[in-house]
Amino acid sequence: MANVTLRNVRKTYPGGFEAIKGVNVDVADGQFCVLVGPSGCGKSTLLRMVAGLETVTGGEIDIGGRIVNQIEPADRDIAMVFQNYALYPHMSVFNNMAYGLRNRGMKEAEVKTRVDEAARVLELTAMLERKPRQLSGGQRQRVAMGRAIVRQPKVFLFDEPLSNLDAKLRIAMRVEIRKLQRRLSTTSIYVTHDQLEAMTLADILVVMNGGRVEQVGNPLAIYEKPATTFVASFIGAPPMNLMSIRSDEIKSQLSGSASEAGILGIRPEDFVITDQTPAGGVALPLTVEAIERVGAETFVYGSRAQDEQRIAATPGELPPGEVIVRIPGTESPAIGAKIRVAVVRNKLHLFSGDGRTRIEA
Amino acid sequence: MVEDEGIRRYVAHAILWIGIAIVAFPVYIAIVASTQDNALIANGQMSLLPGGHFFEVYYQTIFVGTSGSTREPVGNMMLNSLVMALLIAVGKIAISIISAYAIVYFRFPFRMPIFWIIFITLMLPVEVRIYPTYKIVADLHMLDSYAGLALPLIASATATLLFRQFFMTVPDELLEASRIDGAGPLRFFWDTLLPLSRTNMAALFVILFILGWNQYLWPLLITTRDDMQTIQVGIRKMITTTDALTEWPIVMATAVLAMLPPVFVVVVMQKLFVRGLVETEK
Repeated sequence: MANVTLRNVRKTYPGGFEAIKGVNVDVADGQFCVLVGPSGCGKSTLLRMVAGLETVTGGEIDIGGRIVNQIEPADRDIAMVFQNYALYPHMSVFNNMAYGLRNRGMKEAEVKTRVDEAARVLELTAMLERKPRQLSGGQRQRVAMGRAIVRQPKVFLFDEPLSNLDAKLRIAMRVEIRKLQRRLSTTSIYVTHDQLEAMTLADILVVMNGGRVEQVGNPLAIYEKPATTFVASFIGAPPMNLMSIRSDEIKSQLSGSASEAGILGIRPEDFVITDQTPAGGVALPLTVEAIERVGAETFVYGSRAQDEQRIAATPGELPPGEVIVRIPGTESPAIGAKIRVAVVRNKLHLFSGDGRTRIEA
Repeated sequence: MVEDEGIRRYVAHAILWIGIAIVAFPVYIAIVASTQDNALIANGQMSLLPGGHFFEVYYQTIFVGTSGSTREPVGNMMLNSLVMALLIAVGKIAISIISAYAIVYFRFPFRMPIFWIIFITLMLPVEVRIYPTYKIVADLHMLDSYAGLALPLIASATATLLFRQFFMTVPDELLEASRIDGAGPLRFFWDTLLPLSRTNMAALFVILFILGWNQYLWPLLITTRDDMQTIQVGIRKMITTTDALTEWPIVMATAVLAMLPPVFVVVVMQKLFVRGLVETEK
């Protein structure tokens, strides 16, 4: 049981590339912390620094009140679950889980008790004598988890543990991991690029981009009040619609400090198709370009009347001027139809022109 | 179409049978000749069917040797060859797996230059560096010894390269998992890398054992005592006799005996070989 504190942690590679540019995170004892961000944002590097697999070139990593910068991975009292599981292919499931315990000189009877207990929890008892190659992806994943829990470490580290599983299994394992962590109440740090995984697992969510922390906090708080346009577009699916406030059409509808903001963000689910404009809210006329019906809900891809520059915070997103609207699955406007969507005042997200600061209206 | 298929199959089989005959016939002749009476062979009246002298010829070959002045039991030659081939094969595997481990997993000064130096020795087989190598072995008083037979042939760039390539395909996470599991460099090598290299080692052993067994020039140079002679050198010496009839049954029996250990190694190791190819352990 331990808290993990990162103080101004930096990582500069010998070539001069700065992967981590000063990160401060505080994970309290028993909390589940998720590091999320696009690939290359440094989240895995940061996790590996906590594990001791990468050297720390600046700042301090504190696990349970002990600065571990110079301590070997084996002595940090952590356990890690790797993306490709990294099971020892030539060892049976039992030996895979027992290896770390035996290396620490634990008595064979105690090893057996612990492995059997972990196997029972993870429903691996029938497979203890099998080799990893005889297991399915989900079973291998559970063995990797088992190898971590038998150690009873202070901290669990997960490096995208579910990304090699198919979609259905991923959801099932996600729930399993959460339940397991709750029961053991072991401090955990979990890296993922999947914002849904991040939202559902985290007690404390750390959104990273380009080696920096964009925002730290409770997942729902981050969803409701993203601090930057990056967080706004990264958290939530489909992503938040971001548009420039330069155009008179939007600017004229905003009042007070709101009209001083540079970028307006509206979540797809906050739109309502209506002819009325709520007081202080914003209304947009759209031409329906495409429709995706997924059953419970319908996504409408509409284009704005004028050629408005949509601010894309992450590349590869919607083309400029396009707006996504989420409506109930029972509704379905015709393609090419002209509709009018509106948002109430307190659902507007306002950011400065560079997208780095949130403005409270 | 069906008929056509049938004809094609017969043609294919016929070609294969011809191939087998070309390879197998000399071996058959050797076996037959080793059971005949020497006088018959010398007369050129050798039968193509096995003769009745199997046990006496092989007994004489293994335990007594030819009746010439440099007689040496082939059993002893086989022992010499076996020790040399095993030392070479095991030594090469041991040294190259350790050096490959150092080169792949450790960062030390001049790592790449050292790797390139090892690589360059590929271009310097024993035949090329035979004089300096002989000088060194002679100066170390290793002539006529197993050490002298095996040591100069043990350093192997090929095996080092092979293990290096294999180690580079082993996922880094396995090393990292070992580190977190509290295994140091030696433990990781012993507990993880060696078991994973098992099939590679078996494949190399087959190749290297046969390579060692077939050595001719080097043993010829550094062994002068008859009791240190290897079987490959021994056969050659049996054939050239100055003042007596070549004892062909014994020569042929020696040739057959010389074939047995490599065949044995291939047959035994083949299972490991194939298993290594079928299993994807990584």
